[in-house]
Amino acid sequence: MSIWRWLARHWVMGLALLVLGYLFLPIAVVAALSVNRPAHRLSYDFHEFTFDNWRNPCATSEMCEAVLRSVQIGFVATVVATTLGTLMAFALARHRFRGRSGLNVLIFLPMAAPELVMGTSLLALFVAGGVPLGFWAIVVAHVMFCLSFVVVTVKARLAGMDRRLEEAAMDLYASEWQTFRRITLPLVLPGIVAAALLAFSLSFDDFIITNFNSGTTVTFPMYVWGAAQRGIPPQVNVIGTAMFLIALLLVLTSTLRGRRLRNP
Amino acid sequence: MARDVPAGDLRLVDLTKRFGAFTAVDDLNLTIGQGSFFALLGASGCGKTTTLRIVAGLEEPTSGQVLLGGRDIARLRPHKRPVNTVFQSYALFPHLDVFENVAFGLRRRGIRPVDGQVRQALSLMQLDGYERRRPAQLSGGEQQRVALARALINQPQVLLLDEPLSALDLKLRRRMQIELKRIQNEVGITFLHVTHDQEEAMTMADTVAVMNAGRIEQFGAPTEIYEFPATAFVANFLGQSNLIAGVVSGDNGGDILVTAHGARFAVPSARARADRGAVYLGVRPEKLHLADSVDQVPTDSQYLDGTITDASYAGVSTQYLLRAGGGTELSAFVANSGTQRRYGPGDRAVAYWNPRHAFLLGRRADENDRITPVLTEPVATA
Repeated sequence: MSIWRWLARHWVMGLALLVLGYLFLPIAVVAALSVNRPAHRLSYDFHEFTFDNWRNPCATSEMCEAVLRSVQIGFVATVVATTLGTLMAFALARHRFRGRSGLNVLIFLPMAAPELVMGTSLLALFVAGGVPLGFWAIVVAHVMFCLSFVVVTVKARLAGMDRRLEEAAMDLYASEWQTFRRITLPLVLPGIVAAALLAFSLSFDDFIITNFNSGTTVTFPMYVWGAAQRGIPPQVNVIGTAMFLIALLLVLTSTLRGRRLRNP
Repeated sequence: MARDVPAGDLRLVDLTKRFGAFTAVDDLNLTIGQGSFFALLGASGCGKTTTLRIVAGLEEPTSGQVLLGGRDIARLRPHKRPVNTVFQSYALFPHLDVFENVAFGLRRRGIRPVDGQVRQALSLMQLDGYERRRPAQLSGGEQQRVALARALINQPQVLLLDEPLSALDLKLRRRMQIELKRIQNEVGITFLHVTHDQEEAMTMADTVAVMNAGRIEQFGAPTEIYEFPATAFVANFLGQSNLIAGVVSGDNGGDILVTAHGARFAVPSARARADRGAVYLGVRPEKLHLADSVDQVPTDSQYLDGTITDASYAGVSTQYLLRAGGGTELSAFVANSGTQRRYGPGDRAVAYWNPRHAFLLGRRADENDRITPVLTEPVATA
């Protein structure tokens, strides 16, 4: 077989592998650096293999405090944004009211607006309103920009749902609440969970808006930014790799669960 | 809650439903006897599904009553009505398995244990062993049977069927028609079946109501409606009819005399929906017979002679189009039993019928002959 025929048959696959490589190379570097003992503080070259960073992720206590704070902020922001966003998605998908189409457009604005602009204007708002900067100011800011993503995600799920299922439930003696609890909620839940995961990851790694409104509070992205000036501790890569693995695990379990539901 | 209601007829009284300026159901009055298999037949958009949804409680009527055993349920929430629905798309709950789908209604009413009843309902539908499957793993026919089991297990006073067979292929549809009829006989629940398929309505139902533009055009036993339609719409919606425009010219005791296309015809007055003015003389295509010449026509028959313009062979029968004098075109089905001569386009022929098979309908003075030739077998097209 000539080399040209071989190329003609395999070039799409080759290209796909290259693109995948492009996507995963940075993650591979992070994972590699998480098991590296750097030669000195400002070196990012692979020097020596070690599990020390994994055994001791909190060697730099400031970093772990920052991670914990980011998780706390992400958790609160996710719960609030997912609750509000889900209710909004239901209102937009299920009810006809004045200003509905306008709201549908407005919901996209926070996604389209530059983060720098949102960060500065929020700062101006908080200062003018006498709101102290810090943990709660960050939470408020994160809820604000996560909300749009939640609404859009849950609304898409609701749009794909057959209204007749709810009618069938009511026809089969389910009250409004039972219909919601037994039919609507279980069917929309995957959308809500996806929205919550999206909200958490948006909140967890937001730097720009947080940086404007944090006061003296330090989140994980801000810690990394600060540490970059004087040498990033290798434990940062441990956190990064761990986040990646957790996300991978979540995706894998949900895929496996979905597959099991379809062919038990 | 549903059990204490005295059983009885379902009556729709002066039922009207408007959507904005559009009147979907227009002052409908209908009585559906307890335990009967009732078909509501009509083209899409005639208001039949809206009527069904009003009975189910999924739509609130603009005015009127829905009486079930004497009690007005028109304003009850759907879950408070002793009525269940088989939806056109089945609407099976995709996240629940077959068992839980079927058990849904029992569980909502707090009935326990459900095991025995669910298994019994599944075996009535020949779905044993399907308990743990999910709707997505079932074929169309199986989904249909689950939807039926899910509704019937609640022993509703009325079972509403919204075009339940329309998603099935022809063969399966025929089988399910027989199956549904058998189940209805077995459980004795009132079935209200909405369909646009005239053949389905006629073969399954005890009583058929033909609906058009939000109103009932006619209702009665299938043979009654077919043999003696009340309006031109019914005559052509349920099968085909040759409707010849004429004018009543008098009567001679038992018969009404009609002049049409320069000839005079008689129709027994018991077969007349109108006895004066402009009328349609109607004859079903299969009641028209063909002969080579007038002297072969039996003496008790009436006839029109003309030229064959089209002959469509369809296996069991052949449909002929015959252009009579005056330009009217008649359609005739002749069974291919081997005893009849075959005609071809251009042949002269006489179409004759027994007056007892004809019928008279009222006609607006400006309406002309209505012949709807369909060049196929007269089956299952709506």
